[in-house]
Amino acid sequence: MSLALEDRARALLDGHSGKAMQLAMRLVVKAADIMGAERLLPVSFAHLDACFYTGQAHVDFVRFLLENGASLAVPSWTNNGVVSLADPSLRPSAEDPEMVSGAAEVMRLYAKLGCVPTWTCAPYQHAGGPGFGDHIAVGESNAVSYYNSVVGARTNKYGDYLDVACALTGLAPDAGLHRDEGRKAQLHFDCSALPGSWRSEDVFAHLIGHHVGRIAGRRSPVISGLPKDTGRDALKAISSAVAASGGVELWHGVGVTPEAPQLSAVFTGTETHTVTPDDLARAHRELSTGSDGPLDAVALGTPHFSLSEFGELVRLLDGRRAATGLPFLVSTSRVVRQLAEAKGWVAALQKSGVEIPVDVCTYYSPRVRGLKGRVMTNAAKWAYYAPGMLGIEVAFGSLKECVESAVAGEVWRDPRLWTSR
Amino acid sequence: MIRARVLNAAEAHGPVLALDEPLSFWGAFEPRTGVILDVHHPQRGACVAGTVLLMRESKGSGSAPGAIAEAIRLGTAPAAIILAAPDINLAIGADVAATLYGRHCAILSVSEGELLELSRASALRISAAGEIRFETV
Repeated sequence: MSLALEDRARALLDGHSGKAMQLAMRLVVKAADIMGAERLLPVSFAHLDACFYTGQAHVDFVRFLLENGASLAVPSWTNNGVVSLADPSLRPSAEDPEMVSGAAEVMRLYAKLGCVPTWTCAPYQHAGGPGFGDHIAVGESNAVSYYNSVVGARTNKYGDYLDVACALTGLAPDAGLHRDEGRKAQLHFDCSALPGSWRSEDVFAHLIGHHVGRIAGRRSPVISGLPKDTGRDALKAISSAVAASGGVELWHGVGVTPEAPQLSAVFTGTETHTVTPDDLARAHRELSTGSDGPLDAVALGTPHFSLSEFGELVRLLDGRRAATGLPFLVSTSRVVRQLAEAKGWVAALQKSGVEIPVDVCTYYSPRVRGLKGRVMTNAAKWAYYAPGMLGIEVAFGSLKECVESAVAGEVWRDPRLWTSR
Repeated sequence: MIRARVLNAAEAHGPVLALDEPLSFWGAFEPRTGVILDVHHPQRGACVAGTVLLMRESKGSGSAPGAIAEAIRLGTAPAAIILAAPDINLAIGADVAATLYGRHCAILSVSEGELLELSRASALRISAAGEIRFETV
Protein backbone atom coordinates (compact mmCIF):
# COMPACT_ATOMS: atom_id res chain seq x y z
CA MET A 1 0.00 0.00 0.00
CA SER A 2 1.14 3.51 -0.77
CA LEU A 3 -0.12 5.24 2.36
CA ALA A 4 1.97 8.32 3.13
CA LEU A 5 2.54 8.97 6.84
CA GLU A 6 3.77 12.18 8.46
CA ASP A 7 6.56 11.96 11.04
CA ARG A 8 4.18 12.26 13.99
CA ALA A 9 2.01 9.43 12.72
CA ARG A 10 5.10 7.32 12.05
CA ALA A 11 6.34 7.95 15.62
CA LEU A 12 2.97 6.92 17.09
CA LEU A 13 3.01 3.77 14.98
CA ASP A 14 6.51 2.97 16.19
CA GLY A 15 5.34 3.17 19.79
CA HIS A 16 7.12 6.37 20.85
CA SER A 17 4.00 7.55 22.71
CA GLY A 18 3.17 4.23 24.33
CA LYS A 19 1.18 1.12 23.53
CA ALA A 20 -2.25 2.76 23.55
CA MET A 21 -1.37 5.40 20.96
CA GLN A 22 0.45 2.75 18.93
CA LEU A 23 -2.70 0.63 18.81
CA ALA A 24 -4.79 3.68 17.85
CA MET A 25 -2.43 4.59 15.03
CA ARG A 26 -2.30 1.00 13.81
CA LEU A 27 -6.11 0.86 13.63
CA VAL A 28 -6.30 4.10 11.62
CA VAL A 29 -3.59 2.86 9.23
CA LYS A 30 -5.34 -0.49 8.88
CA ALA A 31 -8.62 1.25 7.99
CA ALA A 32 -6.81 3.55 5.54
CA ASP A 33 -5.21 0.53 3.84
CA ILE A 34 -8.56 -1.24 3.47
CA MET A 35 -10.23 1.93 2.14
CA GLY A 36 -7.39 2.51 -0.30
CA ALA A 37 -6.55 5.95 1.12
CA GLU A 38 -3.28 7.52 -0.01
CA ARG A 39 -2.92 9.69 3.05
CA LEU A 40 -4.45 10.53 6.41
CA LEU A 41 -6.11 13.86 7.12
CA PRO A 42 -6.55 15.75 10.40
CA VAL A 43 -9.94 15.68 12.11
CA SER A 44 -11.08 18.41 14.52
CA PHE A 45 -13.89 16.65 16.42
CA ALA A 46 -15.13 13.19 17.33
CA HIS A 47 -18.38 11.69 18.59
CA LEU A 48 -17.72 8.28 20.12
CA ASP A 49 -20.01 5.29 19.99
CA ALA A 50 -17.61 2.91 21.76
CA CYS A 51 -18.99 4.10 25.13
CA PHE A 52 -22.16 2.15 24.30
CA TYR A 53 -21.48 -1.18 26.05
CA THR A 54 -21.82 -4.35 24.01
CA GLY A 55 -19.63 -6.65 26.10
CA GLN A 56 -16.61 -6.91 28.38
CA ALA A 57 -14.24 -6.23 25.44
CA HIS A 58 -15.52 -2.63 25.43
CA VAL A 59 -14.49 -2.19 29.07
CA ASP A 60 -11.12 -3.88 28.52
CA PHE A 61 -10.38 -1.68 25.48
CA VAL A 62 -10.83 1.66 27.24
CA ARG A 63 -9.05 0.38 30.35
CA PHE A 64 -6.10 -0.64 28.15
CA LEU A 65 -6.05 2.88 26.72
CA LEU A 66 -6.05 4.49 30.17
CA GLU A 67 -3.35 2.18 31.52
CA ASN A 68 -1.08 2.76 28.55
CA GLY A 69 -0.92 6.52 28.29
CA ALA A 70 -3.69 7.34 25.81
CA SER A 71 -4.61 10.99 25.32
CA LEU A 72 -7.28 12.48 23.06
CA ALA A 73 -6.12 14.76 20.24
CA VAL A 74 -9.49 16.42 19.60
CA PRO A 75 -12.69 17.32 21.51
CA SER A 76 -14.55 14.02 21.80
CA TRP A 77 -18.22 13.89 22.72
CA THR A 78 -19.96 10.73 23.87
CA ASN A 79 -22.97 8.89 22.47
CA ASN A 80 -25.63 7.77 24.93
CA GLY A 81 -24.92 4.76 27.07
CA VAL A 82 -26.78 1.62 27.96
CA VAL A 83 -27.48 2.96 31.46
CA SER A 84 -28.02 6.47 32.84
CA LEU A 85 -25.21 7.83 35.02
CA ALA A 86 -27.36 10.86 35.85
CA ASP A 87 -30.31 8.86 37.13
CA PRO A 88 -29.33 5.58 38.81
CA SER A 89 -33.00 4.86 39.53
CA LEU A 90 -33.31 3.98 35.85
CA ARG A 91 -30.95 1.07 36.38
CA PRO A 92 -32.54 -2.31 36.09
CA SER A 93 -32.70 -4.65 39.03
CA ALA A 94 -30.95 -7.96 38.69
CA GLU A 95 -31.85 -8.49 35.04
CA ASP A 96 -28.23 -8.69 33.94
CA PRO A 97 -25.78 -7.51 36.65
CA GLU A 98 -22.73 -8.00 34.41
CA MET A 99 -24.26 -5.83 31.71
CA VAL A 100 -25.37 -3.10 34.11
CA SER A 101 -22.04 -2.74 35.90
CA GLY A 102 -20.08 -3.05 32.66
CA ALA A 103 -22.22 -0.42 30.96
CA ALA A 104 -21.72 2.10 33.78
CA GLU A 105 -18.01 1.28 34.00
CA VAL A 106 -17.37 1.85 30.29
CA MET A 107 -19.11 5.26 30.50
CA ARG A 108 -17.08 6.31 33.56
CA LEU A 109 -13.84 5.24 31.85
CA TYR A 110 -14.52 7.30 28.71
CA ALA A 111 -15.25 10.32 30.91
CA LYS A 112 -11.92 9.65 32.67
CA LEU A 113 -10.16 9.50 29.30
CA GLY A 114 -11.19 13.14 28.87
CA CYS A 115 -14.29 12.88 26.71
CA VAL A 116 -16.96 15.57 26.97
CA PRO A 117 -19.74 13.56 28.66
CA THR A 118 -22.63 14.60 26.43
CA TRP A 119 -24.22 11.11 26.43
CA THR A 120 -26.38 11.87 23.45
CA CYS A 121 -27.11 10.38 20.04
CA ALA A 122 -28.04 13.90 18.80
CA PRO A 123 -24.83 15.84 19.59
CA TYR A 124 -25.67 18.29 16.79
CA GLN A 125 -28.35 19.74 19.08
CA HIS A 126 -25.64 20.97 21.47
CA ALA A 127 -23.71 24.23 20.99
CA GLY A 128 -20.01 24.16 20.15
CA GLY A 129 -19.90 21.29 17.67
CA PRO A 130 -18.31 21.13 14.21
CA GLY A 131 -19.26 23.33 11.26
CA PHE A 132 -19.44 23.26 7.46
CA GLY A 133 -16.46 21.61 5.80
CA ASP A 134 -14.87 20.35 9.04
CA HIS A 135 -13.40 16.86 8.91
CA ILE A 136 -14.68 14.84 11.89
CA ALA A 137 -14.94 11.22 13.10
CA VAL A 138 -18.39 9.99 14.09
CA GLY A 139 -19.82 6.52 14.78
CA GLU A 140 -23.55 6.81 15.57
CA SER A 141 -25.49 6.33 12.33
CA ASN A 142 -28.00 9.17 12.68
CA ALA A 143 -25.26 11.60 13.75
CA VAL A 144 -23.11 10.58 10.76
CA SER A 145 -26.09 11.27 8.51
CA TYR A 146 -26.98 14.63 10.12
CA TYR A 147 -23.42 15.98 10.34
CA ASN A 148 -22.66 15.07 6.73
CA SER A 149 -25.97 16.17 5.27
CA VAL A 150 -27.33 19.05 7.34
CA VAL A 151 -24.14 20.54 8.83
CA GLY A 152 -21.91 19.80 5.84
CA ALA A 153 -19.12 18.42 8.04
CA ARG A 154 -17.34 15.36 6.63
CA THR A 155 -17.16 11.91 8.17
CA ASN A 156 -17.44 8.27 7.24
CA LYS A 157 -19.31 5.96 9.60
CA TYR A 158 -16.53 4.91 11.95
CA GLY A 159 -17.40 1.77 13.86
CA ASP A 160 -16.40 0.91 17.40
CA TYR A 161 -12.71 1.34 18.31
CA LEU A 162 -11.92 3.08 15.02
CA ASP A 163 -13.90 6.12 16.19
CA VAL A 164 -11.75 6.22 19.34
CA ALA A 165 -8.57 5.63 17.34
CA CYS A 166 -9.35 8.67 15.16
CA ALA A 167 -10.06 10.77 18.27
CA LEU A 168 -6.76 9.74 19.90
CA THR A 169 -4.60 10.32 16.84
CA GLY A 170 -6.61 13.24 15.44
CA LEU A 171 -6.39 11.52 12.04
CA ALA A 172 -8.72 9.71 9.64
CA PRO A 173 -8.27 8.04 6.23
CA ASP A 174 -8.60 10.52 3.37
CA ALA A 175 -11.30 8.49 1.65
CA GLY A 176 -15.04 8.14 1.12
CA LEU A 177 -17.15 11.04 2.36
CA HIS A 178 -14.08 13.09 3.34
CA ARG A 179 -13.42 13.64 -0.38
CA ASP A 180 -15.35 15.90 -2.79
CA GLU A 181 -15.94 13.11 -5.28
CA GLY A 182 -17.41 10.90 -2.53
CA ARG A 183 -20.17 13.39 -1.74
CA LYS A 184 -22.22 13.27 -4.94
CA ALA A 185 -25.70 11.74 -4.97
CA GLN A 186 -26.21 8.48 -6.82
CA LEU A 187 -30.00 8.66 -7.05
CA HIS A 188 -32.72 11.28 -6.90
CA PHE A 189 -36.14 11.36 -5.21
CA ASP A 190 -38.61 13.95 -6.47
CA CYS A 191 -41.39 14.90 -3.99
CA SER A 192 -42.63 17.93 -5.87
CA ALA A 193 -45.81 16.19 -7.08
CA LEU A 194 -47.05 15.68 -3.51
CA PRO A 195 -49.48 18.24 -2.08
CA GLY A 196 -47.61 21.07 -0.33
CA SER A 197 -49.75 20.70 2.79
CA TRP A 198 -48.50 17.11 3.24
CA ARG A 199 -44.90 18.09 2.95
CA SER A 200 -45.10 20.53 5.86
CA GLU A 201 -46.47 17.96 8.37
CA ASP A 202 -43.95 16.62 10.91
CA VAL A 203 -44.87 13.01 10.06
CA PHE A 204 -43.83 13.60 6.43
CA ALA A 205 -40.12 13.89 7.27
CA HIS A 206 -40.14 10.45 8.94
CA LEU A 207 -42.08 8.80 6.13
CA ILE A 208 -40.02 10.26 3.28
CA GLY A 209 -36.82 9.34 5.15
CA HIS A 210 -37.97 5.76 5.64
CA HIS A 211 -39.02 5.45 1.99
CA VAL A 212 -35.80 6.97 0.61
CA GLY A 213 -33.52 4.87 2.83
CA ARG A 214 -35.24 1.64 1.86
CA ILE A 215 -34.52 2.25 -1.83
CA ALA A 216 -31.13 3.97 -1.47
CA GLY A 217 -29.57 1.27 0.73
CA ARG A 218 -26.00 2.44 1.30
CA ARG A 219 -25.99 4.93 -1.60
CA SER A 220 -26.26 8.71 -1.14
CA PRO A 221 -29.64 10.08 -2.27
CA VAL A 222 -30.76 13.63 -3.11
CA ILE A 223 -34.35 14.69 -2.39
CA SER A 224 -36.01 17.54 -4.27
CA GLY A 225 -39.33 19.15 -3.43
CA LEU A 226 -38.76 19.51 0.33
CA PRO A 227 -40.26 22.74 1.73
CA LYS A 228 -37.70 25.59 1.71
CA ASP A 229 -38.36 26.18 5.41
CA THR A 230 -37.75 22.55 6.44
CA GLY A 231 -36.57 22.93 10.04
CA ARG A 232 -33.89 21.20 12.08
CA ASP A 233 -36.27 18.72 13.68
CA ALA A 234 -37.51 17.57 10.28
CA LEU A 235 -33.93 17.36 9.00
CA LYS A 236 -33.07 15.22 12.03
CA ALA A 237 -36.04 12.97 11.30
CA ILE A 238 -34.99 12.45 7.69
CA SER A 239 -31.34 11.89 8.69
CA SER A 240 -32.15 9.20 11.22
CA ALA A 241 -34.83 7.49 9.11
CA VAL A 242 -32.63 7.12 5.99
CA ALA A 243 -29.83 5.72 8.15
CA ALA A 244 -32.17 3.20 9.80
CA SER A 245 -34.13 1.83 6.85
CA GLY A 246 -31.06 2.03 4.60
CA GLY A 247 -27.44 2.58 5.50
CA VAL A 248 -27.35 6.16 4.27
CA GLU A 249 -24.44 8.24 5.60
CA LEU A 250 -25.05 11.33 3.44
CA TRP A 251 -28.18 12.72 1.79
CA HIS A 252 -28.89 16.03 0.15
CA GLY A 253 -32.07 18.14 0.09
CA VAL A 254 -32.26 20.55 -2.83
CA GLY A 255 -32.47 24.12 -1.50
CA VAL A 256 -32.44 22.77 2.04
CA THR A 257 -29.03 21.23 2.83
CA PRO A 258 -25.82 23.22 2.30
CA GLU A 259 -24.18 21.27 -0.52
CA ALA A 260 -27.26 21.16 -2.77
CA PRO A 261 -28.39 24.70 -3.68
CA GLN A 262 -29.58 23.14 -6.95
CA LEU A 263 -30.06 19.54 -8.01
CA SER A 264 -27.23 19.80 -10.54
CA ALA A 265 -24.73 20.64 -7.76
CA VAL A 266 -24.84 17.06 -6.48
CA PHE A 267 -26.55 14.92 -9.12
CA THR A 268 -25.73 14.19 -12.73
CA GLY A 269 -27.10 10.65 -12.84
CA THR A 270 -30.25 9.21 -14.35
CA GLU A 271 -31.91 7.25 -11.54
CA THR A 272 -34.88 9.40 -10.50
CA HIS A 273 -37.76 8.15 -8.36
CA THR A 274 -40.98 10.16 -8.29
CA VAL A 275 -42.46 9.94 -4.79
CA THR A 276 -46.18 9.15 -4.83
CA PRO A 277 -48.88 9.15 -2.15
CA ASP A 278 -48.77 5.33 -2.33
CA ASP A 279 -45.09 5.36 -1.37
CA LEU A 280 -45.86 7.32 1.79
CA ALA A 281 -48.84 5.11 2.62
CA ARG A 282 -46.60 2.05 2.30
CA ALA A 283 -43.94 3.66 4.52
CA HIS A 284 -46.64 4.30 7.12
CA ARG A 285 -47.84 0.70 6.95
CA GLU A 286 -44.29 -0.61 7.32
CA LEU A 287 -43.67 1.52 10.39
CA SER A 288 -46.95 0.57 12.12
CA THR A 289 -46.54 -3.11 12.84
CA GLY A 290 -49.66 -3.47 14.95
CA SER A 291 -53.30 -2.56 14.68
CA ASP A 292 -54.66 0.55 16.37
CA GLY A 293 -56.26 0.08 19.78
CA PRO A 294 -55.56 0.50 23.52
CA LEU A 295 -52.03 1.79 24.21
CA ASP A 296 -49.44 0.37 26.61
CA ALA A 297 -46.90 3.20 26.29
CA VAL A 298 -45.73 6.21 24.30
CA ALA A 299 -42.01 6.54 23.50
CA LEU A 300 -40.58 9.73 21.99
CA GLY A 301 -37.04 11.04 21.57
CA THR A 302 -35.32 8.95 18.90
CA PRO A 303 -32.92 10.55 18.24
CA HIS A 304 -32.90 12.54 21.49
CA PHE A 305 -35.62 15.20 21.74
CA SER A 306 -34.64 18.79 20.92
CA LEU A 307 -35.59 21.91 22.84
CA SER A 308 -38.04 22.93 20.11
CA GLU A 309 -39.66 19.49 20.20
CA PHE A 310 -40.16 19.89 23.96
CA GLY A 311 -41.81 23.26 23.31
CA GLU A 312 -44.14 21.68 20.77
CA LEU A 313 -44.96 18.79 23.13
CA VAL A 314 -45.89 21.20 25.94
CA ARG A 315 -48.07 23.18 23.53
CA LEU A 316 -49.88 20.07 22.29
CA LEU A 317 -50.43 18.62 25.79
CA ASP A 318 -51.69 21.99 27.02
CA GLY A 319 -51.66 20.90 30.66
CA ARG A 320 -53.59 17.66 30.10
CA ARG A 321 -52.47 14.40 31.72
CA ALA A 322 -51.54 11.17 30.01
CA ALA A 323 -54.02 8.36 30.71
CA THR A 324 -53.59 6.92 34.20
CA GLY A 325 -50.80 4.38 34.42
CA LEU A 326 -49.66 4.91 30.82
CA PRO A 327 -45.85 5.20 30.58
CA PHE A 328 -45.01 8.28 28.49
CA LEU A 329 -41.24 8.46 27.90
CA VAL A 330 -39.27 11.21 26.19
CA SER A 331 -35.53 10.55 25.87
CA THR A 332 -33.07 13.42 25.65
CA SER A 333 -29.65 14.62 26.79
CA ARG A 334 -28.77 16.30 30.09
CA VAL A 335 -28.00 19.56 28.31
CA VAL A 336 -31.31 19.74 26.45
CA ARG A 337 -33.25 18.67 29.54
CA GLN A 338 -31.61 21.49 31.48
CA LEU A 339 -32.60 24.02 28.82
CA ALA A 340 -36.16 22.69 28.90
CA GLU A 341 -36.12 22.87 32.68
CA ALA A 342 -35.14 26.56 32.56
CA LYS A 343 -38.24 27.23 30.47
CA GLY A 344 -40.46 25.47 33.01
CA TRP A 345 -41.29 22.73 30.50
CA VAL A 346 -39.90 19.78 32.46
CA ALA A 347 -42.13 20.59 35.44
CA ALA A 348 -45.13 21.04 33.16
CA LEU A 349 -44.47 17.71 31.43
CA GLN A 350 -43.96 15.87 34.71
CA LYS A 351 -47.36 17.17 35.83
CA SER A 352 -48.74 15.64 32.65
CA GLY A 353 -47.22 12.29 33.58
CA VAL A 354 -44.25 12.45 31.19
CA GLU A 355 -40.92 10.85 32.20
CA ILE A 356 -37.73 12.34 30.73
CA PRO A 357 -34.79 9.92 31.01
CA VAL A 358 -31.35 11.26 30.07
CA ASP A 359 -28.02 9.64 29.04
CA VAL A 360 -29.65 6.54 27.62
CA CYS A 361 -30.48 4.97 24.33
CA THR A 362 -34.15 4.66 23.68
CA TYR A 363 -33.98 0.91 23.10
CA TYR A 364 -31.67 -0.20 25.83
CA SER A 365 -32.69 1.85 28.80
CA PRO A 366 -34.20 -0.56 31.29
CA ARG A 367 -37.30 1.59 31.49
CA VAL A 368 -37.82 1.02 27.79
CA ARG A 369 -36.88 -2.63 27.93
CA GLY A 370 -39.71 -3.17 30.37
CA LEU A 371 -42.31 -1.95 27.86
CA LYS A 372 -44.79 -4.44 26.48
CA GLY A 373 -47.72 -4.56 24.13
CA ARG A 374 -48.64 -1.68 21.81
CA VAL A 375 -46.32 1.32 21.95
CA MET A 376 -46.81 4.55 20.03
CA THR A 377 -43.98 6.68 18.66
CA ASN A 378 -43.48 9.53 16.24
CA ALA A 379 -39.95 8.39 15.32
CA ALA A 380 -39.35 6.32 12.19
CA LYS A 381 -36.05 5.03 13.59
CA TRP A 382 -37.70 3.78 16.77
CA ALA A 383 -40.55 2.24 14.81
CA TYR A 384 -38.06 0.49 12.54
CA TYR A 385 -35.99 -1.19 15.27
CA ALA A 386 -38.32 -1.59 18.24
CA PRO A 387 -40.42 -4.56 17.07
CA GLY A 388 -37.29 -6.71 16.65
CA MET A 389 -35.30 -5.38 19.60
CA LEU A 390 -38.07 -5.07 22.16
CA GLY A 391 -40.67 -7.51 20.89
CA ILE A 392 -43.49 -4.99 20.92
CA GLU A 393 -46.09 -3.73 18.47
CA VAL A 394 -45.60 -0.22 17.15
CA ALA A 395 -48.25 2.33 16.29
CA PHE A 396 -46.48 5.05 14.31
CA GLY A 397 -47.98 8.54 14.13
CA SER A 398 -47.42 12.28 14.15
CA LEU A 399 -46.45 14.06 17.36
CA LYS A 400 -50.02 15.32 17.72
CA GLU A 401 -51.37 11.79 17.26
CA CYS A 402 -48.95 10.54 19.95
CA VAL A 403 -50.11 13.23 22.38
CA GLU A 404 -53.82 12.76 21.79
CA SER A 405 -53.39 8.98 22.02
CA ALA A 406 -51.48 9.32 25.30
CA VAL A 407 -54.30 11.39 26.78
CA ALA A 408 -56.98 9.01 25.49
CA GLY A 409 -55.06 5.83 26.39
CA GLU A 410 -55.68 4.44 22.93
CA VAL A 411 -54.43 5.15 19.43
CA TRP A 412 -56.05 8.28 18.02
CA ARG A 413 -55.76 9.11 14.33
CA ASP A 414 -55.81 12.67 13.04
CA PRO A 415 -58.63 12.92 10.45
CA ARG A 416 -56.81 15.91 8.98
CA LEU A 417 -53.78 13.75 8.07
CA TRP A 418 -53.60 11.72 4.87
CA THR A 419 -52.11 8.83 6.84
CA SER A 420 -55.40 8.00 8.58
CA ARG A 421 -56.84 4.66 7.69
CA MET B 1 -3.14 -22.68 -2.76
CA ILE B 2 -4.88 -19.34 -2.85
CA ARG B 3 -3.17 -16.15 -1.70
CA ALA B 4 -5.59 -13.81 0.05
CA ARG B 5 -5.44 -10.16 0.97
CA VAL B 6 -4.64 -10.05 4.69
CA LEU B 7 -6.90 -7.73 6.69
CA ASN B 8 -5.85 -9.16 10.04
CA ALA B 9 -2.98 -11.61 10.09
CA ALA B 10 -3.11 -14.89 12.02
CA GLU B 11 -2.39 -18.56 11.48
CA ALA B 12 -5.58 -20.59 11.54
CA HIS B 13 -7.17 -23.84 10.47
CA GLY B 14 -10.59 -25.33 10.82
CA PRO B 15 -13.63 -26.83 9.13
CA VAL B 16 -15.31 -24.67 6.50
CA LEU B 17 -18.64 -23.01 7.27
CA ALA B 18 -19.84 -21.26 4.10
CA LEU B 19 -22.71 -18.85 4.72
CA ASP B 20 -25.38 -18.36 2.08
CA GLU B 21 -26.19 -14.84 3.31
CA PRO B 22 -24.15 -12.03 4.90
CA LEU B 23 -24.09 -12.11 8.70
CA SER B 24 -24.21 -9.15 11.06
CA PHE B 25 -22.07 -9.93 14.08
CA TRP B 26 -24.08 -7.43 16.06
CA GLY B 27 -27.65 -8.45 16.74
CA ALA B 28 -27.71 -11.54 14.52
CA PHE B 29 -25.04 -13.42 16.45
CA GLU B 30 -24.64 -14.32 20.14
CA PRO B 31 -21.02 -13.81 21.32
CA ARG B 32 -21.68 -15.82 24.47
CA THR B 33 -22.30 -19.01 22.46
CA GLY B 34 -21.06 -18.36 18.91
CA VAL B 35 -24.48 -19.27 17.49
CA ILE B 36 -26.24 -17.43 14.63
CA LEU B 37 -29.49 -16.01 16.05
CA ASP B 38 -31.01 -14.05 13.17
CA VAL B 39 -34.37 -15.64 12.38
CA HIS B 40 -34.03 -14.44 8.79
CA HIS B 41 -30.64 -16.11 8.27
CA PRO B 42 -30.69 -19.46 6.41
CA GLN B 43 -28.01 -20.85 8.73
CA ARG B 44 -29.73 -19.83 11.93
CA GLY B 45 -28.61 -22.10 14.78
CA ALA B 46 -25.19 -22.85 13.25
CA CYS B 47 -22.20 -22.36 15.56
CA VAL B 48 -19.31 -20.39 14.04
CA ALA B 49 -16.78 -21.15 16.82
CA GLY B 50 -13.48 -22.50 15.50
CA THR B 51 -14.63 -22.59 11.88
CA VAL B 52 -13.14 -20.99 8.82
CA LEU B 53 -16.16 -18.84 8.07
CA LEU B 54 -16.79 -17.91 4.45
CA MET B 55 -19.20 -15.17 3.46
CA ARG B 56 -19.36 -12.68 0.61
CA GLU B 57 -19.58 -9.70 2.96
CA SER B 58 -20.51 -8.87 6.52
CA LYS B 59 -23.62 -6.88 7.20
CA GLY B 60 -22.52 -3.44 8.31
CA SER B 61 -23.00 -2.36 11.88
CA GLY B 62 -20.91 0.08 13.88
CA SER B 63 -21.09 -2.34 16.81
CA ALA B 64 -19.65 -5.30 14.85
CA PRO B 65 -16.03 -4.68 15.99
CA GLY B 66 -17.07 -4.95 19.64
CA ALA B 67 -19.11 -8.08 18.98
CA ILE B 68 -16.33 -9.91 17.14
CA ALA B 69 -13.78 -8.83 19.77
CA GLU B 70 -16.08 -10.14 22.50
CA ALA B 71 -16.47 -13.47 20.67
CA ILE B 72 -12.69 -13.77 20.25
CA ARG B 73 -12.27 -13.05 23.99
CA LEU B 74 -14.78 -15.76 24.87
CA GLY B 75 -13.40 -18.29 22.38
CA THR B 76 -16.64 -18.43 20.39
CA ALA B 77 -15.32 -16.65 17.29
CA PRO B 78 -14.39 -18.32 14.00
CA ALA B 79 -10.69 -19.22 13.64
CA ALA B 80 -10.75 -17.23 10.42
CA ILE B 81 -13.19 -15.22 8.33
CA ILE B 82 -12.76 -15.06 4.56
CA LEU B 83 -14.77 -12.49 2.62
CA ALA B 84 -15.16 -11.40 -1.00
CA ALA B 85 -15.18 -7.72 0.03
CA PRO B 86 -12.64 -6.18 2.45
CA ASP B 87 -14.27 -5.37 5.78
CA ILE B 88 -12.96 -2.71 8.14
CA ASN B 89 -15.16 -3.57 11.13
CA LEU B 90 -14.07 -7.19 11.42
CA ALA B 91 -10.40 -6.31 10.82
CA ILE B 92 -10.48 -3.65 13.55
CA GLY B 93 -12.30 -5.89 16.05
CA ALA B 94 -9.87 -8.76 15.47
CA ASP B 95 -6.83 -6.48 15.83
CA VAL B 96 -8.12 -5.08 19.14
CA ALA B 97 -8.83 -8.58 20.49
CA ALA B 98 -5.30 -9.73 19.54
CA THR B 99 -3.84 -6.74 21.40
CA LEU B 100 -6.00 -7.11 24.51
CA TYR B 101 -6.17 -10.89 24.86
CA GLY B 102 -3.43 -12.39 22.65
CA ARG B 103 -6.16 -14.40 20.91
CA HIS B 104 -6.36 -14.38 17.15
CA CYS B 105 -8.83 -14.50 14.30
CA ALA B 106 -7.54 -14.22 10.73
CA ILE B 107 -9.55 -11.85 8.52
CA LEU B 108 -8.91 -12.26 4.78
CA SER B 109 -10.44 -11.22 1.49
CA VAL B 110 -10.34 -13.04 -1.85
CA SER B 111 -12.13 -12.74 -5.19
CA GLU B 112 -15.71 -14.01 -5.67
CA GLY B 113 -14.41 -16.90 -7.78
CA GLU B 114 -11.83 -17.87 -5.18
CA LEU B 115 -14.45 -17.74 -2.43
CA LEU B 116 -16.60 -20.17 -4.41
CA GLU B 117 -13.62 -22.48 -4.85
CA LEU B 118 -12.83 -22.33 -1.12
CA SER B 119 -16.45 -23.09 -0.21
CA ARG B 120 -16.03 -26.57 -1.77
CA ALA B 121 -13.30 -27.48 0.73
CA SER B 122 -14.17 -29.30 3.91
CA ALA B 123 -11.36 -27.64 5.86
CA LEU B 124 -8.77 -24.91 5.28
CA ARG B 125 -5.37 -23.98 6.70
CA ILE B 126 -4.25 -20.34 6.65
CA SER B 127 -0.77 -18.89 7.11
CA ALA B 128 0.02 -15.50 8.64
CA ALA B 129 0.96 -14.32 5.15
CA GLY B 130 -2.53 -15.15 3.86
CA GLU B 131 -1.81 -18.40 2.02
CA ILE B 132 -4.88 -20.63 2.09
CA ARG B 133 -4.46 -24.40 1.66
CA PHE B 134 -7.07 -27.11 1.36
CA GLU B 135 -7.21 -29.74 4.07
CA THR B 136 -9.33 -32.76 4.73
CA VAL B 137 -11.03 -33.05 8.09
